[in-house]
Amino acid sequence: METVEIDATGISTEDLNERLMALMLDGTEKFVLKNVCGQRYIGTRLYSKNGNKPRVDIDITGTPGSDLGAFMSGHRVRVHGNVQDGVGNTMDDGEIVVEGRAGDVLGMSMRGGKIFIRDNTGYRTALHMKEYLDKKPVLVIGGTTQDFLGEYMAGGIVILLGLGELPHNQTFIGTGMHGGVIYIRGKVDKLQVAGQVDISEPGVEDRKLLDKFVGEFIESFPDLGLNKEEILKGDFIKLAPKSKRPYAKMYA
Amino acid sequence: MKSFVFPEFQIIRDEEKCGQCRGCERQCSFGTHTYDPLTDRLISDDYKCAGCQRCVIFCPKDAIVVRPTQSFYRPNASWSREKIEDLKKQAETGGVILTGCGNDKPFRIYWDHIVLNASQVTNPSIDPLREPMELRTFLGAKPDLMDIDFKGGDVEIKTKISPHLMVETPILFSAMSYGAISYNAFKSLATASKQFGTLFNTGEGGLPRELRAEFGGNAIVQVASGRYGIDAEYLNCAAAVEIKVGQGAKPGIGGHLPGEKVSQSVAETRMIPVGTDAISPAPHHDIYSIEDLSMLIHALKEATNYEKPVSVKIAAVHNVAAIASGIVRAGADIIAIDGLRGGTGAAPKAIRDNVGIPIELAISALDMRLKNEGIRNRCSIVAAGGLRSSSDIIKAIALGADAVYIGTAALIAMGCTLCQKCNTGKCNWGLCTQDPRLSGRLNTEIATKRLTNLLNAWSHEIMEMLGGMGINAIESLRGNRDHLRGIGLYEWELEVLGIKGAGQ
Amino acid sequence: MPRIRRELYNKEICACSIFGAMNRDGERFTGKGVMKAIANMHVRGNGLGGGFAAYGIYPEYKDYYAFHLMFTGNSPEAKRSAKIGFDAFLCENFDVVSDDEIPHSDEVVVSDPPLIWRYYVLPRKQGEEALLSDEDYIVKMVMHVNTKIENAHVFSSGKNMGCFKGVGYPEDIGEYFMLDKLYSAYTWTVHGRFPTNTQAWWGGAHPFSLLNTTVVHNGEISSYGTNRWYLEMYGYACTLQTDTEVIAYAVDLLMRRQSIPIEIVAKILAPPIWNSIDRMDEKEKKLLTTLRMVYGSLLMNGPFAIIIGQTGKMIGLTDRIRLRPITAATRGEMFYLSSEEASIRLISPVLDSVWTPNGGEPVVGELNNMRTVL
Ligand code: SF4
Ligand code: SF4
Repeated sequence: METVEIDATGISTEDLNERLMALMLDGTEKFVLKNVCGQRYIGTRLYSKNGNKPRVDIDITGTPGSDLGAFMSGHRVRVHGNVQDGVGNTMDDGEIVVEGRAGDVLGMSMRGGKIFIRDNTGYRTALHMKEYLDKKPVLVIGGTTQDFLGEYMAGGIVILLGLGELPHNQTFIGTGMHGGVIYIRGKVDKLQVAGQVDISEPGVEDRKLLDKFVGEFIESFPDLGLNKEEILKGDFIKLAPKSKRPYAKMYA
Repeated sequence: MKSFVFPEFQIIRDEEKCGQCRGCERQCSFGTHTYDPLTDRLISDDYKCAGCQRCVIFCPKDAIVVRPTQSFYRPNASWSREKIEDLKKQAETGGVILTGCGNDKPFRIYWDHIVLNASQVTNPSIDPLREPMELRTFLGAKPDLMDIDFKGGDVEIKTKISPHLMVETPILFSAMSYGAISYNAFKSLATASKQFGTLFNTGEGGLPRELRAEFGGNAIVQVASGRYGIDAEYLNCAAAVEIKVGQGAKPGIGGHLPGEKVSQSVAETRMIPVGTDAISPAPHHDIYSIEDLSMLIHALKEATNYEKPVSVKIAAVHNVAAIASGIVRAGADIIAIDGLRGGTGAAPKAIRDNVGIPIELAISALDMRLKNEGIRNRCSIVAAGGLRSSSDIIKAIALGADAVYIGTAALIAMGCTLCQKCNTGKCNWGLCTQDPRLSGRLNTEIATKRLTNLLNAWSHEIMEMLGGMGINAIESLRGNRDHLRGIGLYEWELEVLGIKGAGQ
Repeated sequence: MPRIRRELYNKEICACSIFGAMNRDGERFTGKGVMKAIANMHVRGNGLGGGFAAYGIYPEYKDYYAFHLMFTGNSPEAKRSAKIGFDAFLCENFDVVSDDEIPHSDEVVVSDPPLIWRYYVLPRKQGEEALLSDEDYIVKMVMHVNTKIENAHVFSSGKNMGCFKGVGYPEDIGEYFMLDKLYSAYTWTVHGRFPTNTQAWWGGAHPFSLLNTTVVHNGEISSYGTNRWYLEMYGYACTLQTDTEVIAYAVDLLMRRQSIPIEIVAKILAPPIWNSIDRMDEKEKKLLTTLRMVYGSLLMNGPFAIIIGQTGKMIGLTDRIRLRPITAATRGEMFYLSSEEASIRLISPVLDSVWTPNGGEPVVGELNNMRTVL
């Protein structure tokens, strides 16, 4: 497998992504990007029109710019550091692992793939996340999020592990939610959750999902030395929409 | 609760002519007509009629007349019948009034107050039947100047030209999504644009996979706030990508396709489960500001390897010129503006009838603003919302548009009668419905023919009018307000339109 | 103030990048780092406006009000004559201790630079004006200059601080004023602008400032019309054709004139949603309900992220549902606020903590010892 290392210091967003594209089309399968500082849309351009679906690995040190992995189809990104806003925007497939925190609108309208965030995330996480047939996006967050988690959520799985120091203080969880599921480890007051959402305890099937994705999360961050049993022992709540049609009765 | 609203339409059947074939019963999806075997007669329930005229046209004996009801409330200039009835409906349901099509209120239609010029003596008019008359139009961002290298007789363009769209006539089909309109209607638009050499717009409902290879090259694919049906293939198969920020029929609000319209195939195209509401939030939640828009524009350029122009569609609102200027600076190649009268598959009536500004004023304000700022060539303007004829189109171009989008006009070409019941999903003309029994009524070959006929006829008329003005290439009319004069307009209106009064 | 029919606000759509850096020990540093940081967010602006506010730059004149003045005109003569007009006004109402042209570099090409002058002054109140506090007097005079004296505009009017701004990318404006060489401040705030108005209007760049308060802003205030009328009742003339100035005036009105602490001011500018208020305990509920009743006209509606600079303080605040981004970070005594984390990392790769502040909740950096600058 051919690996290319790029020092991103001073390279513009456009030039960086153009180089990744050219190298990918030439057969490079792994990139190591050093000193990334604010360059946007990494992974977005990497699509080949001739029908074959190349899959590359991108290893990033530094702070990538907003819209990391936006519209991305099927690559694996690992960031040693924090990420900004719009990560995984409308992402179709692939995997993003962040050894740090994420900004606002993480995983907006994402329809496939997985995102693992070690720490906390900002506002509007998983906004209008979707799913379709076998495409079921998964978002696991080690800590917690800020307000408006899962607004308009229409599919996919979001798991908040609450491993950090911050309690789950966010409000307006699941406003307009009409699909998908959110699992939260720890305490959440009913008032933090929108009226369209049903709060329950995870059942057997839910436990299986949690087992699987918490496992994957732990594998993604081997350095943390997390203990799966320990985590799964904690109290989880399950948030699911009451209806697929939250706004059906609004009209005359 | 007994409804206090009386029927909108009255059905009159000529019993002499009626042959009891029950055709009307089959035609009406609203269940207005029923056959009574006891009396061997057809009975009509006026309350159910939407006034779409389907049964009238398809009655083999011409036995039916459908007309607005003759009952009326005591006349009252303030409390019109519409106001009274909307209010009653709301008192009965507590809901928002939903409707289809565009604003039908008597706001001034500026097209009808603008006249065109023609050459007499000083400059010959041109005969379009004999002489070349060019409507080909390029849409995209033009550079300020072209850097050209002459080397040993060889000429090389050094400036990087951004991607452009080429259309054979400045008329494009406006965004109408599969889901809002039927598959057959969608496919007819695609086919007609391909046959004629123009473009159709997928709207935000995705582009069915089986249509991509054949019609992708004629498609402008939309990325709207709901982000339905978007993946890399969708973006890359198209001619251009359009970010839909707003729509003339409902500026500032989102929408949703009710679950009952999300059939198997609509679900596949949008990539959502069957039967769920497809919600389009009011804003794009990754655009709360102009620099966010810039980010999405560039994300889409990245996602399409900088090979496609990116258009941004907004509703014509008060500050449309300033907003559009920001959009150009944010990197859009095309700006589509949709005026007050733009149509919709469903919108709250309060919004449809009260928000936005007329497209005529918006085009002019926008064109002038961009010219004043010296950035007009950095984008193309596509105007939409309320274009009803070739003369409206030519006026739009003279006011500064590069091309126009037609939506309602295209639907009418295929059979729409503007009954405004698009939101019910029961369109008798097979246009705005996902009911296979109804959409099957629209024959794609015939609909395609009707659409290409319309494009043909309008293009010809545009050529005639151009020739009359002594112009033989459409670009010479773009923003050429000298060829327009206003009639019956106030000073401020002439000023916004940038035209003189007739006789001046 | 007489109610005359005013020309309607000529709206401009403006979006931006913002950055701020503060040394809480009051140690001063040049503008080099913040210029580098804002340049990293180049794409968020469009080269039509950039500006800086710097605190602690005039220690030798720290007891005097430092006025940064802009004089515009079509020719050098016109600019000079604008200055002559202003000087006459100034000498009548102030004691001028010293003045000079603000140095600039001719190597940096900027579009149509105005004449920019600096004055160190003390108020000379006459007659009834003696009843006014120094600050109210300054506000009155600044409003007079901005509305009545043609082609003269006050960039800033506080003590031991100043604004430097103009048409261009912020990094170019920084070089034009040589902020990396000539000035050291304990707080710098910066703005890169994306307006849609091309007129080279230097006054339209951020920061907006009055006395010691400066504001850099990202977003658009949809309540501008309401905010403006309210502030005009209190004598603030909104002349700069942009929505940001109302924030500066609102902060002046609330924090200086009415002595309301920033924690409460934040609840006026960006109040919690009624839904949340309804759930609070009685006391808090009453406070927030009353604040909204009284100050509803100062609610800044629409998306915004701002950095407010004040003597010894740097405050970050976003709108109540946080529609614009801001990231806060600390490293030792350094406190940073930025539209994007990458810019902070560029000048301080290692950070003690980084976080996304909650919408409507201010993040405040304060000098450990105010006396170092007063
Ligand atoms: S809705 Fe249409 S088809 Fe039905 S009765 Fe009325 S006019 Fe005839
Ligand atoms: S599309 Fe159909 S439902 Fe809509 S107005 Fe036309 S005929 Fe009526």
